[in-house]
Amino acid sequence: MDWAALALSLKLGALTTLVLAPIGVIVGRALAFTEFAGKGVAEAAVALPLVLPPTVLGYYLLSAFGASSPLGGAWRALSGHNLVFSFDGLLVASILINLPFAIQPMQRGFEAIPGDVREAAACSGLSPWRVLWRIDLPLAWPAIVTGLTLAFAHTLGEFGVVLMVGGAIPGETRTIAVAIYDSVEAFDNSAAGLMSAMLLTISLVALSLTYALSRKIGRRHG
Amino acid sequence: MADAPGLDVWLKQSGPIALDVRFSCAQGQLLALVGPSGSGKTTILRAIAGLTRPREGYVACAGEVWFDMTKGVAAPAHRRRVGLVFQSYALFPNMNILTNVAAALGHLPVSQRRARAAALLASVHLQGLEKRWPAELSGGQQQRVALARALAREPAVLLLDEPFSAVDRRTRRALHDEIAALRRNLHIPMVLVTHDLGEVAALADSVCVIDGGTILQSGTPQAVMAAPLNAEVRNALDLPGE
Repeated sequence: MDWAALALSLKLGALTTLVLAPIGVIVGRALAFTEFAGKGVAEAAVALPLVLPPTVLGYYLLSAFGASSPLGGAWRALSGHNLVFSFDGLLVASILINLPFAIQPMQRGFEAIPGDVREAAACSGLSPWRVLWRIDLPLAWPAIVTGLTLAFAHTLGEFGVVLMVGGAIPGETRTIAVAIYDSVEAFDNSAAGLMSAMLLTISLVALSLTYALSRKIGRRHG
Repeated sequence: MADAPGLDVWLKQSGPIALDVRFSCAQGQLLALVGPSGSGKTTILRAIAGLTRPREGYVACAGEVWFDMTKGVAAPAHRRRVGLVFQSYALFPNMNILTNVAAALGHLPVSQRRARAAALLASVHLQGLEKRWPAELSGGQQQRVALARALAREPAVLLLDEPFSAVDRRTRRALHDEIAALRRNLHIPMVLVTHDLGEVAALADSVCVIDGGTILQSGTPQAVMAAPLNAEVRNALDLPGE
């Protein structure tokens, strides 16, 4: 059992979720409530990681993060190290590939709020900022939690992009999914089995709790 | 002392719903907007409340100009002192009914809001139900909460969008009585959207018959119903032909 890989995966999942929370709320809410030119393209761009093979995403991210690219060069100038094959690069890649898992449930959650309830809030004197805190977030929060849980669980299980962008540097970019692959390659089936069971349990518990919570809130709001 | 100015409305646009209306409603008066579905009645209420912005127009109430396209004035809905009762109640499902009403009391200090909200709920005969969730109330009770919430922010105008259409006849009669009492006690303009002529006769001081986004005829309910101007008005009011 590679505890360092598990800890790294959990850290990656937690940080990805933390960064995606505000991004998901802002983008999901904007897509739910705003009509603008090119909205279809924006929605398609958010959904792309769902349909593209991990190798395609990994290739583009490697190209974008490389030391010779503007982003990679700027990162190196600022931090003193490369974005590829580093935890930071892995985190940025993880955030990008998890955008649809976080944003889409949140967008659906915001869209499900009846328009007249939001309008009644405005007519009750609530500013747009107060509508966000008192109406939008409380009514959409099961969807927000669902989005973040999906992003967290997907981060734990992501393999292809992680391997291409991060490699498998122990303690730096070797996640539990990569460690399982390495164990199988080394015919260490007991370690692979244990880690797979661990990953399955964590994902199942996280998803079960999310769905139970969503049902409870849904019942209360009738 | 002269009365403060009431509600002055002029709205004009060619689409998506064509509008070309101009009317006023004095303080303490109840004006009914009557017409068939799709005639533009609800759009007029939404424009007064700031929920939709017409191409041209002017909306002012109690001396405050909320919308004036010639001067580029378009106050957002939360800055207009409007109480709007929605046809669908539109209560906040994540709040109990006391909090629903207290949410509209942002102009009061926090320490006073709960007591004021409880008093408003008592005024619509819902004392003892403060901790209930909207989903636990009947349609008539939800409509009373919506009314209490609309009155909470001390509006300069009260807008009622077919507020009685989803309740049974007995509840409707009770709500009529409450609106009539409000009209006597509140010295503000009230605009009621309805297609129920009985409601118009019972509650309104004046009526505008609307179809296709324009006013076909206006006057007292008795005068309009006794002498509809033409066949269009009779159709809009669903009155029998001559």
